[in-house]
Amino acid sequence: MSTALKILVPIKRVIDYAIKPRVNSARTAIETAGVKHSMNPFDELSIEAAVRMRERGTPAVTDILALSVGPPKCVDVLRTAMAMGADRSIHVEISDAEVKEKGELEPLGVAKLLKSVVEKEQRNLVILGKQSIDDDSNQTGQMLAGLLGWGQATQASKIEFEGDNVSVTREVDGGVETLRCPLPMVITTDLRLNEPRYASLPNIMKAKKNKLEKMTLQDFGVDEGRRLKTLKVEEPPARQGGGKVEDVDGMIKKLKELGAI
Amino acid sequence: MINPALRRQVINIYKELLNLGREYPLGYEYFQTRLHRAFASQAGLQNDEEIKKGIERAEYVKKEVEALYYVKRYRALRQRYAEN
Repeated sequence: MSTALKILVPIKRVIDYAIKPRVNSARTAIETAGVKHSMNPFDELSIEAAVRMRERGTPAVTDILALSVGPPKCVDVLRTAMAMGADRSIHVEISDAEVKEKGELEPLGVAKLLKSVVEKEQRNLVILGKQSIDDDSNQTGQMLAGLLGWGQATQASKIEFEGDNVSVTREVDGGVETLRCPLPMVITTDLRLNEPRYASLPNIMKAKKNKLEKMTLQDFGVDEGRRLKTLKVEEPPARQGGGKVEDVDGMIKKLKELGAI
Repeated sequence: MINPALRRQVINIYKELLNLGREYPLGYEYFQTRLHRAFASQAGLQNDEEIKKGIERAEYVKKEVEALYYVKRYRALRQRYAEN
């Protein structure tokens, strides 16, 4: 008999992947006002992974809890998560003003918060996206595993259960690596893990009935001090266009100019 | 006489498709006009079987659009993260 799973899926609201980010006029951050936001795509993969575990049924999944920390609008992504199949969610709210003043929570702060949630809600599996597409830290999952003292399998491309052991396949340079780890554990998802379902209109409507708790960082007693300081944000240099050559001689001349031959 | 259960199904799938269209790469306007035209062209159907076939086709289109969104996002992310 294998242990029933109580899954925590932390998700982040980020600028939509299709939007080209712009640096704000003060060059301190990316412009977020009036920009389309959606759930971090890697987090959609983790929700989907959790929902598929429940659909498979072995081992049984008792509860899928989605969590997001950030400004009030994070509620939208939590609703999407519940429309995809999460049972309930917690929104740890940080007001817009606070985000503007101090910046969003850093990976270490998020990891500490998640640790506290894991203990309070008695989770035995945490599935995170490997990184968020806004600051691309790729740290939260690893830090959380470290704080909890649990095993971790990052960038999973396949997850299988063998009794109380989880075997996770990950794509590494030149092949795949398989890790086997007992529960409880932390998994972070990679792009090829699954194909996330679309949160359809009827499911979004149904998910409005699911429980959404509002909490604050103080409820968890987490030290949310920021340790990182953004000095400057700059656009990458514009790409220089290529040139066309008329004929072979022209090409040879160009190559000689560049010192290639 | 039109079957009221089928009528509801048609309206529901139309609404779902409209909702999907909000993220359409060519814009909502493009999607909405074509969707409306497609449904309007079938508005005269009276036979239950034919209406059911129409609903099936709409379901198929819905799946295709969802798949389109998935592939578009997958490719964008693969380009950014997986292929260096």
